[in-house]
Amino acid sequence: MTQKSVVADRKSGKTHYSGAEFLLDALKKENVEVIFGYPGGSVLPIYDKLYSSELFHILTRHEQGAIHAAEGYARITGKPGVVIVTSGPGATNIVTGLADAMIDSLPLVVISGQVSTSVIGSDAFQEADVLGITTPITKHNYQVRKPEDLPRIIKEAFYIASSGRPGPVLIDIPKDMAILEGVSTDAEPKMDLPGYQPTTKPNYLQIRKLVEAVSGAKKPVILAGAGVLHAKAAHLLKDYVEQQGIPVVHTLLGLGGFPAEHPLFIGMGGMHGCFAANMALSKCDLLINIGARFDDRLTGNLAKFAQHATVAHIDIDPAEIGKNVPTKIPVVGSAKEALKELIAQNGKKPEIEEWTTQLTKWNEEFPLRYTHEEGVLKPQRVIQMLHEKTNGEAIVTTDVGQHQMWAAQYYPFNKPNSWVTSGGLGTMGFGLPSALGAQLADPKATVLSISGDGGFQMCLQELSVIAEMNLPIKIIIVNNGALGMVRQWQELFHDNRFSHSIFQSHPDFVKLADAYGIPGYKVTTEEEASDCLDVALATDGPVLIDFRVKQKENVFPMVAQGKGLDEMEGV
Amino acid sequence: MKGILSLTVNNRPGVLNRITNLFTKRNYNIESMTVGPSEQEGISRMTFVVDVDDEAVVEQITKQLNKQIEVLKVHDITNQTIVARELALIKILVTTQSRAEIYSVIEPFRASVIDVSKDSLTVQITGESDKIEAFIELIKPYGIKELARTGTAAIARGMQIAPAKSATIV
Ligand SMILES: Cc1ncc(C[n+]2csc(CCOP(=O)(O)OP(=O)(O)O)c2C)c(N)n1
Ligand SMILES: [Mg+2]
Repeated sequence: MTQKSVVADRKSGKTHYSGAEFLLDALKKENVEVIFGYPGGSVLPIYDKLYSSELFHILTRHEQGAIHAAEGYARITGKPGVVIVTSGPGATNIVTGLADAMIDSLPLVVISGQVSTSVIGSDAFQEADVLGITTPITKHNYQVRKPEDLPRIIKEAFYIASSGRPGPVLIDIPKDMAILEGVSTDAEPKMDLPGYQPTTKPNYLQIRKLVEAVSGAKKPVILAGAGVLHAKAAHLLKDYVEQQGIPVVHTLLGLGGFPAEHPLFIGMGGMHGCFAANMALSKCDLLINIGARFDDRLTGNLAKFAQHATVAHIDIDPAEIGKNVPTKIPVVGSAKEALKELIAQNGKKPEIEEWTTQLTKWNEEFPLRYTHEEGVLKPQRVIQMLHEKTNGEAIVTTDVGQHQMWAAQYYPFNKPNSWVTSGGLGTMGFGLPSALGAQLADPKATVLSISGDGGFQMCLQELSVIAEMNLPIKIIIVNNGALGMVRQWQELFHDNRFSHSIFQSHPDFVKLADAYGIPGYKVTTEEEASDCLDVALATDGPVLIDFRVKQKENVFPMVAQGKGLDEMEGV
Repeated sequence: MKGILSLTVNNRPGVLNRITNLFTKRNYNIESMTVGPSEQEGISRMTFVVDVDDEAVVEQITKQLNKQIEVLKVHDITNQTIVARELALIKILVTTQSRAEIYSVIEPFRASVIDVSKDSLTVQITGESDKIEAFIELIKPYGIKELARTGTAAIARGMQIAPAKSATIV
């Protein structure tokens, strides 16, 4: 039965629907554009209904690929990414993705099959306690006990996933619940969530306090995180910054929330942030955190973080405020509502020329830098060339490691929803499948999937989907023949003892691409790189490029673990 | 310090798991916990006594609990005047010689004997945790055969006189 016919059948008096029918009908009502999934025994009834449904389903080649693709889709659109997996191994294969989405606040609705209710608890074939496993890594989860509950549960799941602080919601559907029929009431399902009321509108008095703090500040700085992007508040951030003239530092995940080319943009802060940004965070007298969670990779040693600053923190999740950094001015609410209110207040502009001049000077004196070496392809240069050739307008997804940090450093973004990376969990294998989701979210965009040679091999099976759909993703491997970031730490902190971080062998990535039907190129020099990128960007479909870069290159500057942000090395 | 949280939650499958999971995930130490039906149907009341470094942690726990979809309300009653009670059942070894002496200990604590056998007595005692602690210490020398304690159940007093710790009538 198709989705259309559910409606038609209602008119014709059909009153009973199976759980699978309820599910697909509800997904249709949520305007789901794409489902990433992988079938198996316990979801066969659902897949059977999908067979004749108009819902667009993509068969990834691994459940981890499905969930990372859904994350990429969610990051670009702000809408929940939808995933269907089977029970047992299907469900355990998405655990990493759930944890990733949870810590990076990405909205997902994940359907997992389960063994039939009659055998739950008996160690049945492909049974796993998925509710138990996923409770700490989901915003909420459900197990369906009556098929007719599905319309309400799906509605609640989409609402929970995408409102407040977004996050993943999992719905475990025992096989018999997908088959069994329930009575449909034509009425819109009513959500029953008395314990869930996210606050979006900020408290007026707190806003006033912040306005006053700003007007008297000598060295204010805004730390803008991904909360700005989730709230779709980038334009408001710009308006507010221009009204008050306050400089902006971004977190890794916040990149794109404020234009990199703006004179008040200082740079990214944190472990591999730029000197001026970290000095701004260290020396400020007023720190306005908008939608960031003071992650330890951002703050460095907490005892040395923003020691002289009054801290204000705008966050939609009250639990983030004061969690890591004592906060004088807590503002619970969405970045959008808070910024609107701040702009409306039109407070007295602080006099901070000395401060902004100092920050600009630091940026001129200590810019991000690397050394050119004759005849050697530098990874930083590869990223810069990608930036030049795409006019800085591509969607960039990355994996985790050195290449990720270089991408953050050398591919400045001027617009939101351009940057897809695994920040909180640091999940290798995220890059390629998330590019797939990002490309589907924005079919016209140029999507660059930048991975290391290590992480690329953790989810490379999705090349098959990319080829099949002829998605024009440009797949960049920053190949240093090593688990570069691990190698770097071993060089710096473990006395050059490169324990299991240098690869002894690799597949021929060009041939590998070829095997999937994707044109592949190997590049060893800057000249080759330039030509190859021109060809790749002019190609309609996917292209893979294996950039052979210097193995011993390190990511700098760097705040070593335990150090304060003003103790950067390699500046 | 000890923090006391009183919360109402939807009485649905898995709720207890969600809450204890949260304590494990966030590395909070539960000293005691009670769950039972509340005055409203379908809603349970839980009381947690937590062992924490300072009040900021109690605040953080409160906020994290509040994020749970199945949690309806969280009251941090650490600094409120409250009535708190715990119940203990204690099976004490007795001999003909010690019997009278044990009774004399039981009496001032307003504990009651709820089961008697040839060589043991089972006592029920309710009160604040400290009182039960004191009673157990006194009774220990006679020999405790079995001990079962509930956690603390607590609610704020109807009238909040001072923001100090309660002066509860034992
Ligand atoms: C799933 C997973 N396993 C292990 C790690 C630890 N780790 C972080 S970076 C890194 C090296 C990544 O190597 P590569 O993909 O080649 O990227 P590079 O650092 O060389 O750019 C490793 C192993 C991780 N982040 N994720
Ligand atoms: Mg590498």
